[in-house]
Amino acid sequence: MFDALEKIDDLRWRIPKTFMPGMKVPGVIYADRSLMDDIVKDKALQQVANAAFLPGIVKYSLAMPDIHWGYGLPIGGVVATDIEDGGVVTPGGVGYDINCGVRLLRTGLFESEVRPHIKELLAALFNNVPAGVGSEGKIRVSPAEERKILVKGSGWAVSNGYGIKEDLEYTEAGGCIDGADPEYVSDRAYERGRRQSGTLGSGNHFLEVQVIDEVYDEKTASVFGVEKDQVVVMMHSGSRGFGYQICDEHARKMVGLHGKYNISVPDKQLSSAPVKSPEGQAYLHAMKCAANYAWNNRQCLMHLTREVFERFFRKSFQELGMFLVYDVAHNIAKFEKHIVDGKEKLLCVHRKGATRAFGPGHPELPLKYRETGQPVIVPGDMGTNSYLLAGTEKAEETFFSTCHGAGRVLSRTAAINACRGRSIAKELLNKGIVVMATGRGTLEEEAPEAYKNVTDVVNVVHRADLSTKVCRMRPLGVVKG
Amino acid sequence: MEKYERIPHTADIAVKVYGCDLKDLFANAAFGMFDIIADLDGISAGIAVKVDLKAQSPEELLVAWLDELLYDFYTKNIIFSKFDVREIAQNGPEISLSAEVHGRHVGENKNRLKTEIKAVTFHNLAIKEGEGGYSVEIVFDV
Repeated sequence: MFDALEKIDDLRWRIPKTFMPGMKVPGVIYADRSLMDDIVKDKALQQVANAAFLPGIVKYSLAMPDIHWGYGLPIGGVVATDIEDGGVVTPGGVGYDINCGVRLLRTGLFESEVRPHIKELLAALFNNVPAGVGSEGKIRVSPAEERKILVKGSGWAVSNGYGIKEDLEYTEAGGCIDGADPEYVSDRAYERGRRQSGTLGSGNHFLEVQVIDEVYDEKTASVFGVEKDQVVVMMHSGSRGFGYQICDEHARKMVGLHGKYNISVPDKQLSSAPVKSPEGQAYLHAMKCAANYAWNNRQCLMHLTREVFERFFRKSFQELGMFLVYDVAHNIAKFEKHIVDGKEKLLCVHRKGATRAFGPGHPELPLKYRETGQPVIVPGDMGTNSYLLAGTEKAEETFFSTCHGAGRVLSRTAAINACRGRSIAKELLNKGIVVMATGRGTLEEEAPEAYKNVTDVVNVVHRADLSTKVCRMRPLGVVKG
Repeated sequence: MEKYERIPHTADIAVKVYGCDLKDLFANAAFGMFDIIADLDGISAGIAVKVDLKAQSPEELLVAWLDELLYDFYTKNIIFSKFDVREIAQNGPEISLSAEVHGRHVGENKNRLKTEIKAVTFHNLAIKEGEGGYSVEIVFDV
């Protein structure tokens, strides 16, 4: 595989179309040499090549520097298809956790006010924000209300008192994509989603109390409302069982459609259908419902977090300055206009483990961020740092996409083996990080060494100018599922 | 013959499942999945559920089967641990499965739960027949 790889420059690599007959476009991977040394070790690059078979794919099959081996598209993969040119939508290019994403909530508190109480604060968060396998939410809704959530997204939470209008302004797409139609949602998806609104989930999902550790761009940081030593809260979660069920049903259905639409892809998990076909539309209607479910879920998680802080510090969340910086999706397909060969085209952009990063001036950004570009939230592993970046105009070359996290380097089994006989909780505590988790083995599976160094990943997108560093965060306390 | 083994996968969980015939392979795949989800050691299995499914190919049937059990786990809170696959039959273009599975409710005590499996993927899914029987590699999204 490595032989086929061509170096474009220090930060970009190409898999030529000649690598596999049937590739419609080349693959392009953003990474430096040392990240690439790890990337070549598993099947992630093969997956970049597989995605290049998708009908209607435009320009290239892309991968961000946090690329790792997934299923269907690699994690870190970006694929745009031209809907007027038979372009397809593939559930495997979005993932099971539809609209998995991150949100960053700032506070008016500083490290010196929070660190002395971090154990108690974290215990309160752990007890009030439902997490773990099969956890059930505190915000229970009737089936009729659930349909409203699917159509209104975060707006449902806000109109029910779980947040304020301003929260919607600082959520990607306003926390709701148009075109969500609950008629396309199966009873099974309803059933799996019903009890999980307002739950974190498990695995790599988390809620973290962090402190701004270093500021690289003072001007942009002040627009984002953050400064050094300030405490922020980051949440990582998605559409829970609701989205998993939708992806599953449609991916399965589309496997049987390849003959009908003359689609040939090397991996069944890239099963797809033309965007304009009834089956493509059915998936998109349902996927949008899951995306809205996820935004509402993160809004509910933020509400629960604000409540915990209110009780803990005996002040309202407004007095505590707990306002949303931004919320981004990193597993989603979106319809966006992009310039291709000098012409504006409506593309179906799949981002799977990749973050949308609109540059300054983009009309979809809230007024406050029109000059800075979109805030991009990049979580690291629980032992090191996370980053806040800003979108750039240069990211036009990646359909305005950037990285989404650190990316795994060790399998879960390998991570557990590497942690045998150690206490990850104790090691993190020695670094000043309090961790609480519900699942057995979660801490070991998610141990810092299981991930690439997020700084290396972020430095690549910064140097390639796909988004620029604004500040770095360091965890004080982590709640894991 | 061992029922299944974990094989390396960077981000998700992958297993290689073995079976002397297709019925055995399907039963062992289900066992492997629940062995990842929960601690099955000495667990009771007083609840019985019948499963009947149809699909267009053995691979699609395998995913449909595991999905069905995953759905019952998440919506009925049942940890399954015994899998009696009674029949897998080809009827024209369709392949069907008939099984009875046994498990117990998760209950208040959730200590047995280990890992959340989001879904069973089709990633490079191919059932292989060799000299010693059948095998298949399955990637679970976790």
